[in-house]
Amino acid sequence: MADLAARRALPRPLRSRLRPRRAGVVTAGLVLIVAVGGALLAPIVWPLDQSAVALDQTRLAPSWSHLGGTDDLGRDVAHRAVYGLRVSLLVGAVAALVATVIGGLIGGIAGTLGGRVDRVLMRIVDTIAALPHLLLGIFIVAMLRPSLGAVIASVGLTHWLSTARIVRSELLSLRTRTFVDAAISGGAGRGRVLVRHLLPHVLPRLALATTLMIPHAVWHETALSFLGLGLPPHLASLGNMISDGEGSLLTGAWWASLVPGAVIVVVTLAIAVLAARWRDRLDPRVRAELQL
Amino acid sequence: MTTTAPPRRRSGRLAGAAVVVRRRLLVAVPVLVATSVGMFALGAASPVDPAKQYAGAAAFTTSEENLAQIRANWGVDDPLPVQYLRWIGNLLRGDLGWSTSRHEPVTSVLAARAGWTLLLIGVTLAVVLLASLLLGALAAYRRGGLFDRGLRAAAYAVESMPVFWIGLAAIAVFALALGWFPAGGLTDVTATGTSWSDVAHHLILPVAVLAISQAPWFLLFVRDAVAESLRDDHVLAARARGLPGRTVLFGHALRTALLPFLTLVGTHLPELVGGAVLVETVFSLPGLGAVTVEAALGSDFPLLAAITLVTTAVVLTANLAADLAYAAADPRVRLDG
Repeated sequence: MADLAARRALPRPLRSRLRPRRAGVVTAGLVLIVAVGGALLAPIVWPLDQSAVALDQTRLAPSWSHLGGTDDLGRDVAHRAVYGLRVSLLVGAVAALVATVIGGLIGGIAGTLGGRVDRVLMRIVDTIAALPHLLLGIFIVAMLRPSLGAVIASVGLTHWLSTARIVRSELLSLRTRTFVDAAISGGAGRGRVLVRHLLPHVLPRLALATTLMIPHAVWHETALSFLGLGLPPHLASLGNMISDGEGSLLTGAWWASLVPGAVIVVVTLAIAVLAARWRDRLDPRVRAELQL
Repeated sequence: MTTTAPPRRRSGRLAGAAVVVRRRLLVAVPVLVATSVGMFALGAASPVDPAKQYAGAAAFTTSEENLAQIRANWGVDDPLPVQYLRWIGNLLRGDLGWSTSRHEPVTSVLAARAGWTLLLIGVTLAVVLLASLLLGALAAYRRGGLFDRGLRAAAYAVESMPVFWIGLAAIAVFALALGWFPAGGLTDVTATGTSWSDVAHHLILPVAVLAISQAPWFLLFVRDAVAESLRDDHVLAARARGLPGRTVLFGHALRTALLPFLTLVGTHLPELVGGAVLVETVFSLPGLGAVTVEAALGSDFPLLAAITLVTTAVVLTANLAADLAYAAADPRVRLDG
């Protein structure tokens, strides 16, 4: 008890410096470097013939020659997962960017104008947040027919709310700061204050929000693909692979489905760990939620 | 949304509740209308010809006159605003339309399926609430301890797992490798009727999977809230009086932390609905999820739109109810949001 009280008496930053949690961040960084590097360089380093099948090697268990085993068409699961990751990350990044642009605009309008506009916009955002977004996403994809553009639209139109909230609250708190008063009394107009004084502070937040959005975009895309409503089958995304492997799973070949899923888990976890660290750097007052 | 203020007289608070309901509706109704307009616009922009889709494979042999007749009957060539108003008017009168993929009224599809989905969501919610309150409070009691750290690491790990992947892994382990539970469906293939014990046995795995995938968020919230309230004066006073740790934790700290939890349950419902759709698909349960996917694959606008709009309305209502319950339970909360 006394020991606990003594630790509590320490100011927060000092305590976290006493217990550095570097290992998680370093591991996450390495994982991400390998994953993104692998996804980017795959066509050069480890080319894949997407249409090749080996019907004499179907549903082989994981081994040294096939790290992830083979699926029901004899295709190497680990090899295809690298290409699936490439597609999923690309779709995730583009969709996260779309969501950020929409959210940034709405949050920016609410945060700069403030007052009644802000209240109305934020009330609308709160209400939209209460809508079942997977159902809306399914609806959007179903009506546009499953395609790359439909998936990106589905993520972008359902995932912009958190960004709007972040940008808005950041702008509102920045507006009360002395340097903004100084700029206004120095004769800066609304536009100049916005571009020269507010935007530089908001941009890092926006970049962080986009990064934190990528895992959500990847999950949404994989969920849609898993339901057969996502990317067309010839674009082997991780979601498509999990969906394809479901049949094999029921016959005992679990790897065809679970290996691509494990790739999603590891990569999105790595992104989340790094983004949490980044957020700590941006705002040391807020304690890290994610400490592994 | 909700702020704390000195307690007010009960009549004032009830009047406040009416104001909140009115204010919420003032936003919720326009958002619902905008959602329905957006959905209708998407449906209209969709490249699928409803008449050809209705005819199915027969569309190739059906004469152009017959197709035109179907279109005229349905009024799909009318101006879009006219069509939209007709659709909304029918919805409001309780006529949800005709499902083009299942060839039956949308109302009967919903009536047959919604119960199973509600059962899945309801049982899961109860499990998640109980587990997260218990585990979250225990983690908060020894903050920074082994149990706390392990639980949080697990929570963050689970949070990055897609729910359908957890479901498939659970099937691989508990249904196929160990054979403890069935891999899918709601009743045994040999069963002639629907017995509750059979259904319960089939629901254990889906409920567990959905509960595990939803738990992290609730768990972390309870943990932080209880950790916060363990430092409150009244908890300190309880400790000083020499009450045992269990009483302090569950009787004092958890009780204080419980209230804001109510509203947060409401805001988390959309996640739960999405998770239920995926879990139902993984475990081939005959709920709304499977029909939703079927309708989406068949571009069945009436069914899909009805499911989405009805679910949306239910979730919005549940949110409002959660907020009102919060206000009713905590006299300090002023309903001015």
